[in-house]
Amino acid sequence: MKSADALRQYDWDDVSLTLYAKTQRDVQSALRHPAPGWQEFLALISPAAEASLPSMAEKANALTRQRFGHTVSMFVPLYLSNLCANECTYCGFTMSNKIRRVKLSPQQIKDEIRAIKTMGFDSLLLVTGEHETKAGMAYFNEVLPLIRPHFSHLAMEVQPLSTDDYRKLVKLGVDSVLVYQETYHRAHYGQYHLRGQKQDFDWRLETPDRLGEAGMNKIGLGALLGLSDWRTDSALTAMHLYLLQKAYWKTRFSIAFPRIKPCAGDQFSPVSDITDKQLVQLICAYRICFPEVELSLSTRESATFRNSVVPLAINQLSAASQTQPGGYSEKSDALEQFSTEDTRSANDVAASLLAQGIEPVWTDWLQQFGR
Amino acid sequence: MLSIAEQSFSSRLLTGTGKFGHPDILKAALVASRTSMVTLALKRLNRQHQQDSTLQVLRTLPVTLLPNTSGAATADEAVYAAKLARELLGTPWVKLEIHPDQRFLLPDPVETLRAAEQLCEAGFHVLPYCHADPVLCKRLEEVGCAAIMPLGAPIGTNQGLQTRDFLQIIIEQSNVPVIVDAGIGRPSQACEAMEMGADAVLVNTAIATSNDPVATASAFAKAVEAGRESFLAGAPLAQRNASATSPFTQFLETLS
Repeated sequence: MKSADALRQYDWDDVSLTLYAKTQRDVQSALRHPAPGWQEFLALISPAAEASLPSMAEKANALTRQRFGHTVSMFVPLYLSNLCANECTYCGFTMSNKIRRVKLSPQQIKDEIRAIKTMGFDSLLLVTGEHETKAGMAYFNEVLPLIRPHFSHLAMEVQPLSTDDYRKLVKLGVDSVLVYQETYHRAHYGQYHLRGQKQDFDWRLETPDRLGEAGMNKIGLGALLGLSDWRTDSALTAMHLYLLQKAYWKTRFSIAFPRIKPCAGDQFSPVSDITDKQLVQLICAYRICFPEVELSLSTRESATFRNSVVPLAINQLSAASQTQPGGYSEKSDALEQFSTEDTRSANDVAASLLAQGIEPVWTDWLQQFGR
Repeated sequence: MLSIAEQSFSSRLLTGTGKFGHPDILKAALVASRTSMVTLALKRLNRQHQQDSTLQVLRTLPVTLLPNTSGAATADEAVYAAKLARELLGTPWVKLEIHPDQRFLLPDPVETLRAAEQLCEAGFHVLPYCHADPVLCKRLEEVGCAAIMPLGAPIGTNQGLQTRDFLQIIIEQSNVPVIVDAGIGRPSQACEAMEMGADAVLVNTAIATSNDPVATASAFAKAVEAGRESFLAGAPLAQRNASATSPFTQFLETLS
């Protein structure tokens, strides 16, 4: 577990003290640095950098256009189930929530695919819920062959699996796996995750290593912003990313910026709210320090926010997302994981990108790559 | 005139199709570049490719399509992509790109040579993107590549001819056209490559991401032509000492 071992050497409080001690001078030197690293990242996400946000945004934008051009890749999530074998105090799917539990049948999946293809999507993110026995490898073996032929790129947000299972997923056609640590704060993590396999902080922390060892083409990382101090969580996410990039040089990485959203049965209030402005700061810091990493923004964010932030530094954008299983062919809000903010159609999102001089890219992969 | 695999090309500026924000801008820039060979990533091709907006633009222009294997990390994947391109687009041309390195997108020499060998054998006109490694370029030539495409700097970096000294050796030794690919950020850098004796250059990022892609494309077209003309004219060597425009030694001619 190369990167997890190294990451465990970092003490939360030390990281936190270092980053909150960054000064405007550190920020200026980070902005001038030819190859900014982790210390520069800390400076750019620190409170001291808030005053430099305009310069950060300009730099982030220039780097984005240089690397990715005037394009943004489009994807859509497909929720396969809302089953969950974990108790997580912030999530609408948590096992103690009395909601109707669904797992899509092959026929329902076909209906969903038809509805999704009509919208024009060719890149799919499967969201599976986290239930090893009911929505585990046996189910994936059954449904992935139904799904794979219809999309050029297939990503999956799935409970942490073993290296061997990830190898099987690669063979079944999965190009990318997203696994968020939620929070890198070990004690907070324990307070949020009360039952189930997900309680095991280290098993989750080692997941990207297992994915790298299995040869997964792309790995998505992130922290659920709000669970702990978002700056320190982001600092550790970035360190995780540096370590993983070195260990798995053939793997692509993506970063997402989920912020806590209200959900069913929700009593949860974030420990550390991240404001819109701070989220922009965080996105720009990632771009400046990781010009090649794909940054993703979901429909958790509002249309207004996305319209202004996407042209700045975002590379992957979802649209028209339904966060409940079966939502594309048969809509019902009752089952959703969280409520989306940007409810525009895929066409509307694409048109608004084009109007801003950005071409939405629907197809950017060959199924046979990475097998 | 530039000739690759016995086909003549009116322009020595090859261009790409990625990174433009709109098909109309792509089209205007390609026209302004006067390019006659354009590369496009097969992975971006819409499977119902009659509807592919990039392809629709390219079909209206007098250009040869050069599908590329971008995204491939191994020889097998690149060979697969090349064959798919031949099937979908009906062309034997392929720009061979294999870059497992995800940060700097540097080409894998081992996999590239392997794939080049297989593709040349299968009758493709192979243009491999490779490091500015003179020995590798000779090996690629030996397996039958129609041209070689050594890089000036990592792709998309606009750093220019960082590999200058090695490009010079490659150009001197090559029996197939040398197309400097990747890293050229300014028309002056393209001009420099042509003055060194490169047969052509490929420019994408610098055009597509400039503030004015059309004007930049036009500037590159002129720079490439100027560089070529200068090369043919025999650009003089740089020297340390000054050399007067009207040398005083002229009086020697008047002596009997």
